[in-house]
Amino acid sequence: MSTETHAFPSLGLVPKAAAPQSMKDFKSDQEVRWCPGCGDYAILAAVQSFLPELGLARENIVFVSGIGCSSRFPYYLNTYGMHSIHGRAPAIATGLAASRPDLSVWVVTGDGDALSIGGNHLIHALRRNVNLKILLFNNRIYGLTKGQYSPTSEVGKITKSTPMGSLDAPFNPLSLAVGAEASFVARTIDSDRKHLQSVLRAAAEHQGTALVEIYQNCNIFNDGAFDALKEPATRDQALIRLEHGQPIRFGSDNGMGVFRDPATGDLTTAAVTADNADRVLVHDAHADSPTTAFALTRLAAQDTLHNTPIGVLRSVQRPVYDTQMLTQLDQAVAQRGRGDLGALLTGSDTWTVD
Amino acid sequence: MTSQVEVSESTEDEPLPVAPVAGMPAQNGDGKRVTKLDRVVIRFAGDSGDGMQLTGDRFTTETAGFGNDLSTLPNFPAEIRAPAGTLPGVSSFQLHFADHDILTPGDAPHVLVAMNPAALKANLGDVPRGAEIIVNTDEFTKRALAKVGYAADPLGDGALDAYSVHPVPLTTLTVEALKDSGLARKDAERAKNMFALGLLSWMYHRPTEGTERFLRVKFANKPDIAEANVTAFRAGWNYGETTEDFAVSYEVAPATAAFPAGRYRNISGNLALAYGLVAASEQSGLPLFLGSYPITPASDILHELSKHKNFGVRTFQAEDEIAGIGAALGAAFGGSLGVTTTSGPGVALKSETIGLAVSLELPLLVIDIQRGGPSTGLPTKTEQADLLQAMYGRNGEAPVPIVAPATAADCFTAALEAARIALTYRTPVFLLSDGYLANGSEPWRIPEPDELPDLRVPFATEPNRPDGSFWPYLRDPETLARPWAVPGTPGLEHRVGGIEKQDGTGNISYDPANHDHMVRIRQAKIDGITVPDLVVDDPSGKAGLLVLGWGSTYGPIAAAVRRVRAAGGEVAQAHLRHLNPFPANLGEVLAGYDRVLVPEMNLGQLAHLLRARYLVDAQSFTQVTGLPFKAEQLADALTAQLEVQS
Ligand SMILES: Cc1ncc(C[n+]2csc(CCOP(=O)(O)OP(=O)(O)O)c2C)c(N)n1
Ligand code: SF4
Ligand SMILES: [Mg+2]
Repeated sequence: MSTETHAFPSLGLVPKAAAPQSMKDFKSDQEVRWCPGCGDYAILAAVQSFLPELGLARENIVFVSGIGCSSRFPYYLNTYGMHSIHGRAPAIATGLAASRPDLSVWVVTGDGDALSIGGNHLIHALRRNVNLKILLFNNRIYGLTKGQYSPTSEVGKITKSTPMGSLDAPFNPLSLAVGAEASFVARTIDSDRKHLQSVLRAAAEHQGTALVEIYQNCNIFNDGAFDALKEPATRDQALIRLEHGQPIRFGSDNGMGVFRDPATGDLTTAAVTADNADRVLVHDAHADSPTTAFALTRLAAQDTLHNTPIGVLRSVQRPVYDTQMLTQLDQAVAQRGRGDLGALLTGSDTWTVD
Repeated sequence: MTSQVEVSESTEDEPLPVAPVAGMPAQNGDGKRVTKLDRVVIRFAGDSGDGMQLTGDRFTTETAGFGNDLSTLPNFPAEIRAPAGTLPGVSSFQLHFADHDILTPGDAPHVLVAMNPAALKANLGDVPRGAEIIVNTDEFTKRALAKVGYAADPLGDGALDAYSVHPVPLTTLTVEALKDSGLARKDAERAKNMFALGLLSWMYHRPTEGTERFLRVKFANKPDIAEANVTAFRAGWNYGETTEDFAVSYEVAPATAAFPAGRYRNISGNLALAYGLVAASEQSGLPLFLGSYPITPASDILHELSKHKNFGVRTFQAEDEIAGIGAALGAAFGGSLGVTTTSGPGVALKSETIGLAVSLELPLLVIDIQRGGPSTGLPTKTEQADLLQAMYGRNGEAPVPIVAPATAADCFTAALEAARIALTYRTPVFLLSDGYLANGSEPWRIPEPDELPDLRVPFATEPNRPDGSFWPYLRDPETLARPWAVPGTPGLEHRVGGIEKQDGTGNISYDPANHDHMVRIRQAKIDGITVPDLVVDDPSGKAGLLVLGWGSTYGPIAAAVRRVRAAGGEVAQAHLRHLNPFPANLGEVLAGYDRVLVPEMNLGQLAHLLRARYLVDAQSFTQVTGLPFKAEQLADALTAQLEVQS
């Protein structure tokens, strides 16, 4: 196995492809069965055209998913794949990644799959920092079960199961991830292929668990949920594109900026002026403390989606679970020698019958 | 005649009735008599904090090393430190050892060591008249007596007249022995279990070096505590040697004839199971991956396996049982020997993932150390009530093979057998052990590695279709197993999932005929697993009554059968290791007997399966007390059946 420097250090143990690959190498022969117009198509195309860039042996890539429209994803990729059960993909992928450091393991999940039934597995995968890339397709609705509200739906959502409006406050998936000690947290949008791929690239480069929230339109049950971020008339005001090391500015002509309120330490937005231009917050995705990343996750308004940061909010280095697990095995062998079954079974207290 | 011999007469395990005097008293040099016994049952009982399990373990280890056959029954509360001095807080350890082969931890103790009034009260009901009782008189205070409802001191009011009581101020003697140790009184008192162990070790001529060595290792970081324990242990021994109250000591000769030649060690069920899993990993050449969430009485397997990283064993303590089995299944997809260990409540959580494994047709071991249920039930007690959960506890038609070990040491072999089935047939497999097997121990002949089965199975490496494509569900015509193609294998990229798939291609399929075919072929695969025929022990070949058990009831059933036969009764015995599929000859065996009795620690789950499957009028004999059957009780049940018959 090659350990030479790799464009994707997190994939250093994964064998490389023998020859250059193209998008069609990653298309499976299965008919894609999402509703016409579903945002999942755009994400699939973006992933299929991004994967050749990794330059990995295709057979060493695995996609594991749960249940939901989004979780059909692995069937359409010509890699190894498992369409598992509702909410459990992070757990299954953890076992696979922890036992096979030579694989590049991806999880595809939905807002219901990851945050409702599978919430426990998601937070534990994040805190463990297993080498997994989790793509959370957030359409703020249960698609596959035909349109009930989800843990990311806005309060008051009218759905089949909430005819008078939903009562429960939604999760902010990125706040949750930062709170769960995630080492990599990013957000992107189905319709912006270039941005989506740049985030996938950053996730692939990251060592440990990467959580990528992808805003995905469900044109059947929650159409237009992210229009504020997509319509030319509103998107400049709504979207904040984060870039590490750059002042956080947005709006038409970048006239707006993100500032730290000196009184509360919280983040706010304001028009940039000659007076305050030098106080615009410079984005530091690698900051050790998660405080600012958390504050960034709180900027967006849940209802209007104004001030929605996209890009990599947080990307820090910390020990990776599967690497450490392997290190412990190696240490055990170094300290005690490779296990000897006969000696183990015999133990230290024996007697002999002739 | 000693009191012990009387007890021995009424509860023997051995095939032949023994003479009332089992040994000849002899004088030793100090004027103390030595009596030879063929077997003894000792029960140590005290507060949860008194170290009774450790004391029992040590006595067991010395006894194993001495070469006796033995069987143990630890019995402790679920609370780590139940309120001191109360009945629910009593913890006990029973040990049966003999100069011949034995099958159970014994029905009733010949000797009870009671460290306080609660221990006396909680255990006295099990102690036959005439037995010896050693009590720690220091704990028999007014307050302690009142706490457990003794209006008067049973040591003084004649309540124990039917027993041979040895009142010993264990605490005082221990503190006295340690007066020069520099330990605070409280710390000194804590060594009283070692004083008791020393006394019992003297009474039964147990070797002592091992215990002294053990204490020095255990307390290596606290040498003063180590020395105090050794001192207390020796003081207990010397107390027996010098006090007149203990006039007799006993010899139980090694059980040389009971054991085939070989090297032996003592082993508990959970340890044997953990070793079986490591052995399965070595014999299959597949790295072991354990995904588990702590739960009594299964956690010790997780603890044990986590020590063996130098065998390439990965242990993953998951966030819950669902993640535990999920990770194991993920690892199995990647080519590991995936294992999950749990108890009944955990199985309930794992059910959906077991169904996924059935659908994915991947090898996976699901180990259920059964305990009392339903719900949290009796965490530290034994039961066999998960059989139907293992058999049927999933949505859809989701057949899973089931293997059950019969004894503590047999957990080793059962683990290898479960792995054989899982790997050969690409299926999840249940292994049903229980709390009694898990914590109980017995001598085990250590197998040589070359006696172990070869469990290697090939991964798929090549396309399996003439056109050069790969079908993940193209089955082996003999086993019906599908190919195991692990990620990293070029050209065999494929997707699996829980949605119904077309046989062969593995592509999603909702076709009615295909689903019917898939349901039947998954069932046929499990039904077709080769398992050894059931062996029936029917010495005369003329018995009309068959007693059929499964799992941990083996010992008590076999002991009961011995008793019945010794009294002239004819009974055949058979024991099921494979509960799904059943051995091919089971129907024929059942049909060969007029009556079939099925003892189980549940309300008749195996009997239910047998009746449904074979239309046999199997009779249940059940008990769900959280404790194993007693041989005497089963012998009575068998005798009653024989009487109906004649
Ligand atoms: C154990 C279990 N409970 C419920 C379901 C039904 N179910 C399937 S998908 C789903 C919700 C999916 O929502 P989401 O994760 O947001 O995925 P989407 O379809 O929106 O992509 C539910 C409730 C199931 N398949 N399994
Ligand atoms: S229901 Fe919604 S999420 Fe599901 S496929 Fe249709 S459009 Fe996509
Ligand atoms: Mg959704």
